[in-house]
Amino acid sequence: MNRRESLKTLGIGAVATGLLIETACKPGAPKPAEQPAATKDAPADPTRLPNEIARDKKLSEEKFFTEHEMATITILVDLIIPKDEKSGSASDAKVPEFIEFIVNDTPDQQTPLRGGLRWLDLQCLNRYSNTFREATAAQQIDMLNQIAYPKKAKPEMAQGVAFFNRMRDLTASGFFTSEMGVKDIGYMGNSPNQWKGVPDDVLKAHGFATVWG
Amino acid sequence: MSDLQIKKTSTVYDAVIVGSGAGGGMAAYVLAHAGLKVLMLEAGPFFDPAKNSSQLKWPWESPRRGASTDTRNFGDFDAAFGGWSLDGEPYTTKDGTDFQWFRSRMLGGRTNHWGRISLRMGPHDFQPKDSLTSPWPITYDDVKPFYDKVDRMIGVFGTVEHLENEPDGIFLPPPAPRLNELYIKKGAKKAGVTTIASRGSILTEALPNNKDRGACFFCGQCGRSCKVYGDFSASSCLVIPALKTGNLTVISNAMAREVLTDDQGMATGVSYINKDDMQEYQVKGKLVILGASACESARLLLNSKSSAHPGGLANSSGVVGKYLHDSTGSSAGGWLPELVDRKRYNEDGVGAIHIYSPWWLGNKKLNFPRGYHIEYGGGLHMPGYGFTDGIQNKNGMIPGRDGKMKDAGGFGADLKNDYRRFYGASFGMAGRGTAIARADNYCEIDPEVVDKYGIPVLRFHYKWANEEIQQAKHMQDTFQEIMHEMGAIAGPPQGADTMYGLAAPGVIIHEVGTVRMGNDPKTSALNKYSQAHDCNNLFVVDAAPFVQQGDKNATWTILALSMRTSEYILAQRKKLNV
Repeated sequence: MNRRESLKTLGIGAVATGLLIETACKPGAPKPAEQPAATKDAPADPTRLPNEIARDKKLSEEKFFTEHEMATITILVDLIIPKDEKSGSASDAKVPEFIEFIVNDTPDQQTPLRGGLRWLDLQCLNRYSNTFREATAAQQIDMLNQIAYPKKAKPEMAQGVAFFNRMRDLTASGFFTSEMGVKDIGYMGNSPNQWKGVPDDVLKAHGFATVWG
Repeated sequence: MSDLQIKKTSTVYDAVIVGSGAGGGMAAYVLAHAGLKVLMLEAGPFFDPAKNSSQLKWPWESPRRGASTDTRNFGDFDAAFGGWSLDGEPYTTKDGTDFQWFRSRMLGGRTNHWGRISLRMGPHDFQPKDSLTSPWPITYDDVKPFYDKVDRMIGVFGTVEHLENEPDGIFLPPPAPRLNELYIKKGAKKAGVTTIASRGSILTEALPNNKDRGACFFCGQCGRSCKVYGDFSASSCLVIPALKTGNLTVISNAMAREVLTDDQGMATGVSYINKDDMQEYQVKGKLVILGASACESARLLLNSKSSAHPGGLANSSGVVGKYLHDSTGSSAGGWLPELVDRKRYNEDGVGAIHIYSPWWLGNKKLNFPRGYHIEYGGGLHMPGYGFTDGIQNKNGMIPGRDGKMKDAGGFGADLKNDYRRFYGASFGMAGRGTAIARADNYCEIDPEVVDKYGIPVLRFHYKWANEEIQQAKHMQDTFQEIMHEMGAIAGPPQGADTMYGLAAPGVIIHEVGTVRMGNDPKTSALNKYSQAHDCNNLFVVDAAPFVQQGDKNATWTILALSMRTSEYILAQRKKLNV
C-alpha cells in the first residue's frame, strides 16, 4: 500500500478534504444536519479504555480551587501570558480550566499551588493591605517582580520563586498546547506529508551542504 | 458456597501460545500460516491500531495535554496500556534492589508503542571474544537468514555500512536527519564519534507484496501505534494477519496461571483466569509456546511445579530466572543557541530516531567491557504537556532580539515571545549499552506474595556492577564532549552521586535472559532452538532465551529467533518428533 492509499485508509485523502472545504465555503449552502445529541448509548471513544473514560469524566467534574483561588489564578496566568498582536491571553485559551483539571489529575500539585497562592496573598496583605487579587495592577506587577526572576530574587522570596516557576510552567504548558497556542508557536506538523529532510533554504542558512550534512 | 470451578475444554490445539508480543506474535504468524490450529492467550484486551490508536490527535484533545497517567506511563496518547505498576499485580524486590518492570497487557504487548529501533546483534554479540560471558549456542550466521526474512517480511530502514559488529540488513531508505540532528552529527564527528542513519521498522516506502500495510506518512507518532500499519507492531503485522488465516484463535483478558503437564512431565496445556468473568479455565495443546515476556515467562515456568518438575518446569538446571539483564541507559540533553528563533516547517519525521552512533571504540584502553550505542533526537515536535518547562534556565543565557542580556525567568509579553524563540532548540541523547548477564541478578517467586488472581508474584534481585557504572561514566563524558563540540548549552552533567545517570535496571525495558539457551542442560534451560531440555514440547520465544544481549535493542532478535524456532517446530512435526 503506497502513501496515497495510506491516506485514503485514514479518510484524509485530498479528495475528501476538498469536498469539505467546498461545502463549508459555498454561500447559501444548506447547513449540515444537526448532530444528534450525545446519548448514553453513544459509542465510547475506541482510543480510550473504559476506566480511562470514567476517570476523565470524574476528574473533569471535580473542583479543587475555591472561587477566590480561581480568580487569582486567572489574573496570574494572564500576567504570565497576556494577549498580544499574535494571539490571545492565557485565559482566552482556557488555561485556568486546564490548571483546575491538572491538579485533580496530579494531586501532588495541589498543596504547592494552594499554599503558594496563600503565600502570595499574605505577602500582598503585608505589603499592600490587600490580597493579590484585590491589589492594584501596579502592585501586582511589583509583587511579581519580586518572584519572577530567580537569580535576582531575595532569599526570603525563595518560596514565592518556586511557586511562580510552577505557575509559569503550567501556564505555558496549558497555553501552548491549546489550539490557539499551537498555532501561535508555529507547529506545522500532525498532518500527512513526505519528509525529505531539512528544506534547502534552512540548510543554507545553517551552513549545511546536503540533507545529510 | 461458591460457584468457582475449573472449566476445561476438550479441543486440543496444535499449539497454545502465551503472549502476543513480538515473540508470541511471530510464532502465531508462522504456525497459523503453515496450517496449524493455534490458540493464543493474551492477558490484556484486544487491540487493533487501525481502530484504537490516538494517531493524529491534537494536544488539546487530551484534557491533560498528553501528560502521563497511571494507565499510560508514556503519555495520554501513547499506545501502551500498562506501566511500571499494575493495579492488583505487584512484584517485589529484595536486598535493596531497585528493579522497574514495565508490563503492557494488550494484544501486541509493548510492540504497540516501542521505539521501532531495529538492530541486529552482531557476530561478537553471539560469540564474545572476551570470554566474560557464555557464548550463545548459535552464531550470527545461524540467525542471519532469519534476520533477512524478518527484514523482507516486516520492513526496516537503514544504510549499508559494512561495520563488523553492526550487520547490515535489507533496507528501505532511511529518513534524513532533522536540523537538530545535523548539528549533533557535526558535533559528534568533531568529538570522534561516528553517527549513521538509524535503523527502524517503519515503512518509509511501501513494502513490496504487502497490500495490508500502508506506507509511512511521517507524522512521527509511532508511539501511538499506526492506523495504516506503517510501522511494526505485533498486533498489526503478526497477530491480526494470522487471524485472517482462520487458524488462529485469540482469547484476550486471559491471564496465564501455569503450564499444565502430564505424569511424564510433558506439557499438555495452560491454565488461565479469564479477567472478564473471573473464572478458571484450562486449554489443551500438543505444544506450549511461551512469549509472555522474559520475566513473565520465567514466572510461569517457576509457578508450574509438578512431581516431574519439582523446581518448576524446564528448571532442572536451576537457571530459570537467573541471568536477568536489561540494557544500561544514561542520557543527557541541552539546547543550541543557533536554533533559537528558527524557521518553522513540518519536522515530524518518523517516530523512531533518525540517526544513531553504533559503538565506535574497541575496549583495549577502556575500564569496562563491551560497548554502547547512542540514540539522538530533537526537532520542531508537537507541543505537549511540559514541553516549555524551565524557561528560566534558558532565557537569561543568551541575548534577546535587541542584543541585550536579560534576567532569567520573567512574565508578560516578553516571556511569551521567549517561548516562541526557544521552541525547537532542544535536543537529547541517550546511551544504551551491554550489561553483563550474571547469575546473581535474577527474579524468583516471592514465597509469600500473590497477585489478585492468587498467582505467586516475582521478586527481583539485581545490582549494577562496576563495569556498568564505568560504562555510564563513559557515556556522560562522551555526551559532554559532543555537546561541547556542538557549541550547545548542556544540561547539568550526571556525576558519581547518581552513578552517572545509570538508569535502574528494568527502566530501559530491554530485560532479557531469564530462561537462557545453551548446549548443556546443566547450565541452560533451553536448547539452541529455544526448546526446553526437560520438556521437548515446550518452547520459549520472547527475550528469555537470550544468553547475552549486545547493546542492540532486543526486538529484531526476538523476531528472528521466534521465526527460527517456529520453522524448527514445523520441521520437527514433519519428522513426528514433536
